[in-house]
Amino acid sequence: MTQSYRLFVCFLSFAGLAGAQSKHAIGNIFKPLATPAELVADVSLLTLVICGAVFLIVASLLAYAVIRFGYREGDSRSEPPQVYGSNQVEIAWTVIPILIVFALTMATARVTSAIQDQRIPNDAVNVTVIAHQWWWEFRYTDLKFVTAEELHVPLSTMAQPKLTFLTLKSADVAHGFWVPQLAGKTDVIPNRTNHMWIDPKELGIFLGNCSEYCGTQHAKMELRVVVETPEDFARWAAAQQAKAAAPESAENQRAFLSSPCIACHAVSGTRALGRMGPDLTHLMSRQTIAATEVPLNAATLRDWIADPQRLKPGNKMPTIKLSGAQRDQIVAYLTTLH
Amino acid sequence: MASISYPLDKGGETRKSAYSWAKFAHAWVLTVDHKQLGLMYIIIALLFFVASGLQAAVMRAQLMYPDNNLLSPQVFNRMFTMHGTTMVFFVGMPFIAGLANYLIPLMIGARDMAFPRLNALGFWLTLFGGILLYSSYLAWAGTAGQGSAPDVGWFAYAPLTEKAFSPGTSTDFWILSIIMSSTGSTITAINVLATALCLRTTGMTLARMPLFVWMFCVVAFQILVALPPLTGAQLMLLIDRFVGGHFFDTAASGSAILWQHFFWLFGHPEVYILMIPGFACVTEIIPVFSRKPIFGRAAMIGASVSIGLISLGVWAHHMYTVGLPSKANIFFAVATMLVGVPTGIKIFNWLATMWGGRIRLQTPMLFCIAFLFQFLIAGLTGIMLAVAPFDWQLGDSYFVVAHFHYTLIGGLLFTLFAGIYYWFPKATGKMLDEKLGKWHFWLLVIGFHVTFDPLHFAGLLGMPRRIYTYPAGRGWEGFNYYSSWGVVIQAVAIAIFVWNVIESLIRGKEAGNDPWDAWTLEWATSSPPPEYNFVEPPVVRSSRPLWDLKHPEDPDWKYEQA
Amino acid sequence: MSSATVTLKDEAQNLDRGKVGLICLLLTEVALFSVFITAYLFFLGKSETGPYPADVLVVPVWGTICLLSSSLTVEVAVRGLRAKAIPRFQIWMGVTILLGAEFLRQTGIEWRKLINVDGLTISTNVFGTTYYSLVGLHACHVVIGLTLLLLVFLLGLRGSRLLPHHHRIEVLSWYWHFVDAVWVVVFTVVYIIGR
Repeated sequence: MTQSYRLFVCFLSFAGLAGAQSKHAIGNIFKPLATPAELVADVSLLTLVICGAVFLIVASLLAYAVIRFGYREGDSRSEPPQVYGSNQVEIAWTVIPILIVFALTMATARVTSAIQDQRIPNDAVNVTVIAHQWWWEFRYTDLKFVTAEELHVPLSTMAQPKLTFLTLKSADVAHGFWVPQLAGKTDVIPNRTNHMWIDPKELGIFLGNCSEYCGTQHAKMELRVVVETPEDFARWAAAQQAKAAAPESAENQRAFLSSPCIACHAVSGTRALGRMGPDLTHLMSRQTIAATEVPLNAATLRDWIADPQRLKPGNKMPTIKLSGAQRDQIVAYLTTLH
Repeated sequence: MASISYPLDKGGETRKSAYSWAKFAHAWVLTVDHKQLGLMYIIIALLFFVASGLQAAVMRAQLMYPDNNLLSPQVFNRMFTMHGTTMVFFVGMPFIAGLANYLIPLMIGARDMAFPRLNALGFWLTLFGGILLYSSYLAWAGTAGQGSAPDVGWFAYAPLTEKAFSPGTSTDFWILSIIMSSTGSTITAINVLATALCLRTTGMTLARMPLFVWMFCVVAFQILVALPPLTGAQLMLLIDRFVGGHFFDTAASGSAILWQHFFWLFGHPEVYILMIPGFACVTEIIPVFSRKPIFGRAAMIGASVSIGLISLGVWAHHMYTVGLPSKANIFFAVATMLVGVPTGIKIFNWLATMWGGRIRLQTPMLFCIAFLFQFLIAGLTGIMLAVAPFDWQLGDSYFVVAHFHYTLIGGLLFTLFAGIYYWFPKATGKMLDEKLGKWHFWLLVIGFHVTFDPLHFAGLLGMPRRIYTYPAGRGWEGFNYYSSWGVVIQAVAIAIFVWNVIESLIRGKEAGNDPWDAWTLEWATSSPPPEYNFVEPPVVRSSRPLWDLKHPEDPDWKYEQA
Repeated sequence: MSSATVTLKDEAQNLDRGKVGLICLLLTEVALFSVFITAYLFFLGKSETGPYPADVLVVPVWGTICLLSSSLTVEVAVRGLRAKAIPRFQIWMGVTILLGAEFLRQTGIEWRKLINVDGLTISTNVFGTTYYSLVGLHACHVVIGLTLLLLVFLLGLRGSRLLPHHHRIEVLSWYWHFVDAVWVVVFTVVYIIGR
């Protein structure tokens, strides 16, 4: 009894923390909160200003021409002077754009190199991101655990800079990793390994999306990056490294282990070894389900298991026929997996 | 010089003579006449335009509200795939083929295109390709439970298109219909180049050839060089899907990137193939309505050729996010920005043509002026996308969707309407109604901007492309809601246009040979032209033969070098 | 009208539309072959499992000699037609067709060995995929060329009917030269560079 009460308090505080964490739901590329996004925002602003200036000048000339040189009634008999060209003017409006291109090229080259050719420090957190149709898997290679749904990373500050280095792989088709306030997007392509890095400078939850059309449920393949203080991150990692919680009810666990669920899902330390779907060892440490915004709790979990096609039609989890009792037992077991 | 007396010489009698099945077949099925085929190309382009527009309207209805369930994801994904594929291959390409086939022989004083029967083959291949694509809807649930209309996006990235991820036949409809359309386009390209190089009338040197024809020569060259990468990649995909090949089979050493390289080697020149004919229309119309010759003729030719050549080397700006080395990304960024230079030159030349002129604000010119503003914006958002790091945020988002609709609707469609209003009198002998034209114009401008201006901001706030729905709270609801209302306005505009066409065909004002007081050869013959185009091959001495005839005291050939 | 204005008289008429049309077609075909050649080079060394090129490819010397000499024989035939020497045209056209057919036969023999003896099919590995696609694409073009040459040969059997069309048959011979030129490139890429 005391153990489950303790777990309950843990769960509450987690939930409380989650509620208190600021959610960066609006991916405004001009509100960058990590170095890659900042570098991009700077050169983007420069580009916008230059393009804006060009627009104002040319559009004004156009508007002036339409107004000033309109046909007036008295003009009907004669044609205006037939001008064929002007070398000076034509050279000028060739040279000036080339100079603008040159300026933009310099800025582009600087930022492109700064981001792509950045040296990754040895103490960076290494995560391998594996994209699936239609969910995200995260393997913390140095910390040696596998999770899904949420990518937790430590905060990076001026005093304590901390990079997270992402290795991007796909299990099936081409996907894209895009969390606008942290970095530009990078595609996740099968039979190819891509890399990117982030150093989030603010705590909170950052939302993103799969950015490369990958089939039916491309729309519901959200990314959730949870930025924590280094201490909270270490605590979370330790919890993820721990073995699965001992089952409160052996019967519930048996119901789960004898169900078709284990063909696709894994719970460490049990017979469940499936890798087709998300790892469930610490399922209840996550705030959402199915790479959407739907919060994860016993009720939504039950709904999902009963009919995965309702929330996410076309997704790869089949509707398993279970009796009500079986489902209750499985849900009861899964909700103990903190 | 004695002229041979044809029965057709007797003033339009053919049109009024009794109809028969033989005449119908000759006019619409067996014809090899470039004018008839040109009109048929434009008619099917407009029909597919309406079909594709309906698919777009349905998508915008679904996206009007967050978490909407008007369309299932499967249906939505088919909608955007079919919309994009139709617009590029069965609206854009046939439309430009129609313009080329109708106008080029008339503009160079020729009797027909170089290969009339090949021309007909190209048309029917294009039409059958479109029918094949749309027949995919007939098997709604598909043979393998996979809906048969393709749902892989118009660029069909591998390995989503491999049999493992797209079982059933939908992707095959996409491949085969486009191969047919591409063959048709290749035929048009060969015809255009052979016609322009071999059939110009006496005195028409290449330097005196209308800029419209010059630009179509550039387009034809691009078609010949840029379509094979797509056809080749599609043949490779067929080999993967049907005989177990591994070109794009990433599970067995295949490469997803290779598909992207091949596709964009086609895809980028393709957008110029679509746009340059629009430039061609505008380059003929703006001078006539400004009452001045085109400013900087030689520069216009040089700029068009430069765009044609540079466009072949910028394809990987569609691939900035796939993880190419930084040097590659920088190279493509520079090359892409350089395309902006000749394009800018053209915009400045059009502006300078208007400068100091006597601008008549009739419907063709209104569409040209709106084009200039809108294409300026489209080009500038293109420069933003060319800056690779900026593209890392903007790419694959609604910002790109807004950009390319700006180029294709705000740019191409507006110029095509300009061309229709300008040359409809020549093709039919009737003027389109000016008042309806202005209603069409203004409603289209308003509707277009209401739909596409907000989408730039949705992209800047992180909204990705090709999503059938989105949750509330991401900042996208407002933009999507207003954007969808613009569709209604645009639909009304198009309906007015269709009504204008029908009404003008029935009781439009008589046009005469030369209603706009223009200067190129197509206006030297009757409206509509007789089947043989000109009684005698014209002789020209400058690039504006009719200006010379109308202004014998101040002809162009005194000022032109060649 | 002063002569200055029409000095470039009928420059357009000097160009034959058949030749221009064919050159355009060849341009697009070059682009198409380039795509398959690029794919072949891209995938060199990327097969995970065998058979590998060095193990199974045998340089097709005889077939290449046949195909390349057929370019010479078709040229003799076309000149014969231009000189109105019908028998010479017929014989050399026939020789061309036989040489082209022999090339195809050699390709068939090679493929039979690869499939039955070496176990290399289009689906075995990426080498198989790219090899059969590239060589097969070229072989399709040979088939088309041979069909047209055969058609011309048969039409020519009935006397001098082809004489006024000699420029068209010359254009067809250009297509045949193109097929041979492509083989030189394919041969170099597949049997020299790629082995």
